[in-house]
Amino acid sequence: MLVTLLVAPDIGSASETDGPSCYSALVNEWWCAQYVKDRHSEIVDATVQHLEITVLAVLLGVVIAFPLALVARRLPRLESTILGVSTAIYTIPSLALLPLMVPFTGLSMTTVVIGLGLYALTILVRAMLDGFRSVPADVVESAVGLGYGRTRLLFRIELPLALPVMMAGLRVATVSTVALTTIGTLVSYGGLGNLISHGVQRNFRAELVTAAVLCVVLSVLLDALIVLLQRLATPWSRGVRA
Amino acid sequence: MSLFRLTWEYLTTASNWTGNGGLLDRLGEQLLLTVTALVLAMLVGLPVALWLGHIGRGGFLAINISNIGRAVPTFALLALLVTADWPGTAELGPYGRAGLATLIALGLFALPPLITNAYVAVREVPEEVKEAATGMGMSGRQRFWRVELPLALPLVMSGVRLALVQVWATATIAALVAGPGVGRIIVDGFARNLYSQGIAAAVVVAVAALVLELLAAAAQRAVDPARRTGRRARDEVQGGAMSAAGPTLS
Repeated sequence: MLVTLLVAPDIGSASETDGPSCYSALVNEWWCAQYVKDRHSEIVDATVQHLEITVLAVLLGVVIAFPLALVARRLPRLESTILGVSTAIYTIPSLALLPLMVPFTGLSMTTVVIGLGLYALTILVRAMLDGFRSVPADVVESAVGLGYGRTRLLFRIELPLALPVMMAGLRVATVSTVALTTIGTLVSYGGLGNLISHGVQRNFRAELVTAAVLCVVLSVLLDALIVLLQRLATPWSRGVRA
Repeated sequence: MSLFRLTWEYLTTASNWTGNGGLLDRLGEQLLLTVTALVLAMLVGLPVALWLGHIGRGGFLAINISNIGRAVPTFALLALLVTADWPGTAELGPYGRAGLATLIALGLFALPPLITNAYVAVREVPEEVKEAATGMGMSGRQRFWRVELPLALPLVMSGVRLALVQVWATATIAALVAGPGVGRIIVDGFARNLYSQGIAAAVVVAVAALVLELLAAAAQRAVDPARRTGRRARDEVQGGAMSAAGPTLS
């Protein structure tokens, strides 16, 4: 029932008045405003799911990456292990990683969130370590001289100074995760990927183009949002390039 | 858990490996696709990027192409190519169903890491080294072949490594649009509720990815001039799978 043969209700234009709708199987145009209008609730649902999976996965990545980065920084011997394991995970194609999660988490949204969270983790651990490395040593030394303890040094001095580099990593992780979420369609939780998958199966061009465009729009918007957050969080470093 | 046992059974049954459309068949198909796409992308991307790095122009494009590559879902591009009138799902020799569409998508996604890394590699050869080469009377061409390229090689290779990982991953995803490769067995397994089959094929794809990555890492170490002379400092800066281009996942 997806590729309906609706007659376009548009009588305004002269030549194509009674032709089939632009997303009917006969016309099958790449872009069709009528499709977006008719199916907008389905599109909104898919976008919301996409956003949900992306945000949860990136948050999961951040929550795991931060303590890992702290441990790796304290114990240089563990650093190469942590980086090695995360690089190995990153090497595994997403379409293979999701099935490998299935025995543990089943066909659920959790599978996708954990799988994508692992990829985000790889990018984030590296970015966090780079961030800490970018903190000038003399600043840390002065802080220690002023009597800062370990925790206060971390949260008041090192973290704020490392933030620009870390946020650059967060941007990369977020944009990648938006694109990767589409693969979740393998276990039926792929957000806009579900629409793309359906579009391919039914040769429904308008559906898959709309979903693809929304994916790119979503990643651009999230990227801009992070840049904005970073500006607000680090008002002293306006000019730092990402 | 019996799912583990079933997966193990699938992997240890010889008939699942051999035969038409078996694991070995599909693995060979995917390797062939990966190598072809990577070689094509290298032939197109590397000369342009190295040249741009040599003359020091076009940096904006060379750097930002990676960001674009990251934002476009590989799945979406594959879907577009397969649904279009051309290249569509037509068979292409040993590359299987939708072979041309898959090759195009793989090649396109191999380009960003190749171009960004090669450009940055040549660009970041220290200015004083270039000046010394010019001072010794080298022409622009000599400077490129004898100084810039050897120094840039490790970073160029890490771009190739990134591209390889990317291409292998994208080749797996091709199955989501009914393309060739081992991914087909994964998708088929999930579509028919034969989860052990899907998981078994995923294990094969993952192991193959790790083997490819290790081989590429070995190749990268082999071309590192700093390593040959025993200095390790460059490795600290440029080593690892993630370099100038940053990871592009799929």
